[in-house]
Amino acid sequence: METSRRNFLKISGVCALGLTALPVADVLGQTDLPKAIQNQQALTGQHWAMVVDMKKCWEKGKEGCVDCIKACHTVHNVPDIGTVKEEIKWIWTDNYENVFPGQNNEYNVQNLEGRPFITLCNHCTNPPCVRVCPTQATFKRQSDGIVMMDFHRCIGCRYCMAGCPYGARSFNWRDPRPYIKTELNMRFPTRERGVVEKCNFCAERLADGLLPACVEACKVGALSFGDLADPNSVVRKLVASHFTMRRKPELGTQPNVYYIV
Amino acid sequence: MKIYDARYVLIGLAIFVVLFTIPFWYNMGKAVPAPQPNLDTPVIKQMAVKQCILPLAEMRTGHMQILNNWRTWVVRDGLRTYVAADSKTYNMSLQNTCMNCHSNKTQFCDQCHNYAGLKLGSTPYCWTCHIAPKENQ
Repeated sequence: METSRRNFLKISGVCALGLTALPVADVLGQTDLPKAIQNQQALTGQHWAMVVDMKKCWEKGKEGCVDCIKACHTVHNVPDIGTVKEEIKWIWTDNYENVFPGQNNEYNVQNLEGRPFITLCNHCTNPPCVRVCPTQATFKRQSDGIVMMDFHRCIGCRYCMAGCPYGARSFNWRDPRPYIKTELNMRFPTRERGVVEKCNFCAERLADGLLPACVEACKVGALSFGDLADPNSVVRKLVASHFTMRRKPELGTQPNVYYIV
Repeated sequence: MKIYDARYVLIGLAIFVVLFTIPFWYNMGKAVPAPQPNLDTPVIKQMAVKQCILPLAEMRTGHMQILNNWRTWVVRDGLRTYVAADSKTYNMSLQNTCMNCHSNKTQFCDQCHNYAGLKLGSTPYCWTCHIAPKENQ
């Protein structure tokens, strides 16, 4: 079949126009589809962060107080397996030397040596766990910076655990359900064997307009939570008025948990 | 036309046909009753208008897509409120919203899933993580 260049170009043009039909139809057909919106009562922020005031924790809190840990692990149905190797933890304590390994001077301020620090996922601005996850099961939520886990997608490869420099992630080596020793929270799921878990900055509580469980549980107000992007937020003011430390800043992960010591 | 070794061939054929159709013979006359998902729960009883988030037909054929969308919206997009076609809003949660009304998982979910040959507890594997409601058992 012979055709002129002019005719060929005309037909090509019409065909190219046809490609736009689907997007246009999509837009027009979208009007009354059911849709998903954010909870009205949700706490919203652009850059969630936590400030841990260890001074308050040590000075005002009782010796060996684990209210924050208990609250978190109860709310999130975190099991207590009982062995160090299979331990599952969202928020825990570790001593100064392990939490700030770069800061080990030969002679430290005495009140820091061996003192317990509250540690949790740092919800890094540049999270290595997210970069190494092959299924994007863990991801950084663009809206507010929370490093989230999608347990549905996790294949249990544990790259994220290797990637995380803070040991914030735990793997479920076995079905965690028989080991949940706290009262089961019927409003939050458990995990299953073969997935990694960690602190989620209480994303489910923020959506209900509540502060994270650990912050709420601390009787001495050592934990503060807020939006670093907001100049009037609690955390921004604390960070502006105190000298704060972050864990392993030299790695460039930009942790969002700040420590006052 | 002559079949070589007709006796063996035909006997073999007959045995094959019988073996192959055994499942049909075995189950003949024993029709499994169609599942009747039970809606008889305290919460549903108290509802004035017994209406799910979508019409029955859409729920029956599309609940898996809805749950899949809910998961994506809640976990990945951080959107937790579902606006239904009648502009009613629902908290998107299998454990807290679906199972609040349908608190009879064995009578509601499992019946059809078993009937359709989805193995209990393996497909769909919702309940390895999500906590099923206590059914006074």
